[in-house]
Amino acid sequence: MDLNVDIGKLRLKNPVMTASGTFGYGEEYKEFVDLNNLGAVVVKGISLNPMEGNPSPRICETPCGMLNAIGLQNVGLERFLKEKLPYLRGFRTRIIVNILGASIDEYIRLSEALDDSGIDAIELNVSCPNVKKGGISFGTDRRILSKLVSKVKQAVRSVVVIVKLSPNVSDIGEFAKTAEDAGSDAVSLINTIPGMAIDIETLRPKLANITGGLSGPAIKPIALRMVWEAARAVRIPVIGIGGIVNAGDAVEFLLAGATAVQVGTGNFLNPRATMEIIEGIQTYLKRKKIRDIKKVIGGLHGTAPDHNLNN
Amino acid sequence: MSRYFRAKITENSSLNSNTFLLTVKPLVHVAAPKPGQFYMIEAGDSYDPLLKRPFSYLRKRGDTLQFLYAIRGKGTSLLKTFTEGKTINMIGPLGNGYPQPPEGMTPLLIAGGTGIASIFSFCEELAEKYVLYGAKTKAEILMMNELGKMDDRLIVCTDDCSLGREGMVDKVLNDFLDSRRPGGSFVIYACGPSPMLRAVSVIAAERGILGYVSVEERMGCGFGACLGCAVKTTHGYKRACKEGPVFPIQDIVWI
Repeated sequence: MDLNVDIGKLRLKNPVMTASGTFGYGEEYKEFVDLNNLGAVVVKGISLNPMEGNPSPRICETPCGMLNAIGLQNVGLERFLKEKLPYLRGFRTRIIVNILGASIDEYIRLSEALDDSGIDAIELNVSCPNVKKGGISFGTDRRILSKLVSKVKQAVRSVVVIVKLSPNVSDIGEFAKTAEDAGSDAVSLINTIPGMAIDIETLRPKLANITGGLSGPAIKPIALRMVWEAARAVRIPVIGIGGIVNAGDAVEFLLAGATAVQVGTGNFLNPRATMEIIEGIQTYLKRKKIRDIKKVIGGLHGTAPDHNLNN
Repeated sequence: MSRYFRAKITENSSLNSNTFLLTVKPLVHVAAPKPGQFYMIEAGDSYDPLLKRPFSYLRKRGDTLQFLYAIRGKGTSLLKTFTEGKTINMIGPLGNGYPQPPEGMTPLLIAGGTGIASIFSFCEELAEKYVLYGAKTKAEILMMNELGKMDDRLIVCTDDCSLGREGMVDKVLNDFLDSRRPGGSFVIYACGPSPMLRAVSVIAAERGILGYVSVEERMGCGFGACLGCAVKTTHGYKRACKEGPVFPIQDIVWI
């Protein structure tokens, strides 16, 4: 059975990765997951300088989902390279580093520093909803996005470049196309959807940041629709993210056109979620008598069957 | 021996109108917890509620683990409906737990309300200690039989004076410390509602007493990945689930 997929020139042993911000720097999961079995590890977003993050409460649960406003807390580039990367390099998996900057220059400096560090890909976070400066405008302005992606592509020689798209746009296909035209090797989507929750007893917001990003099964139908739209708009690989907690969810994204998937909030419910999803995909392929995972990608049939009462 | 495991519920009974005692038997060999550590416990069979809930372990009894929980919201309301024989997923033991008292110092364990769950096993473990335990009413004082048996240096207080001394923990703590000879070498271990912990930390600072508090935060994962349970300390934000939940009392920046 062939589970290999390619993200640009990067070959993954299977299509299951972790989503940035939900898997720490890998070490947090060492007793639950054999990192060697993952398609790729996407680490917590890295900025040039360390960021301390937002005050508490940073998370709150909502029906079938959760809001978070962590505020991009991270150890910064230098400590990542010195303290976190050596651990990850001890595994036979792909290392993808999510990066974020407040200016194009910061993205370029991060990209250059990571290019020769032994990682496999960078994922440009242009869509984090939880910081006032930076992030979101790169993801919602096609002109700026195009400039950012082409500058980063010019700055790197070896790493694959993935753009993580914001769901906060009216036409995701256009943004995926913008990233492709600017030279991106792949796009990943969706990031969390901005949301909020209020405690009606105290009359106060449930998050200190007031708003946060919604994730979990609650956003899966939206994510799936956007992945399907993006996959129809571009030829580069699309990486599907959003509410994937089991193998069935992952297969849905593959059928919608995703070449690979990222598991995020699902890791919190079940720290072994990625391993169970990889096993579940294999079981699915066996049951459907499919030898190659690539046959599943974009395999959605045109219309729903009549009288489909099974759902 | 993974810290992610399945366990069978062997008992889930009420201790008072709002507090329950959950007993589970892990289905695999699991690591033994230390006092002050906690477990993430699944509170439903669906994705609503989505996240596991953190609970201090109360005590280990043979091959079972016991937890105290108060009904607070959707998760705990569902948890209370779980009956004997049901299996649930759990993660644990998690967090750092209480450090041992330094040589020659007397531990003073302080609990407010269901905070007793966190310090109970430490009470059992320590040979020599004082225990100060407060709650709103007599009905909310839990595990009294076990505590009474354990030690005669137990001070109970209730806000309404329905059991033990009258008043909140901080007042009773001040009275207790006033009654001791100055220079007594106590080390405090406290768990309870935030206002109580803050009051205890003020008293500890005023009197120059060392100590530790176990804090409560909303948690996403429980094992250090989501960074959701940030606690503000004098050394920056720390994760309640990983660097905590037990912190040196003077390190917490009370908001």
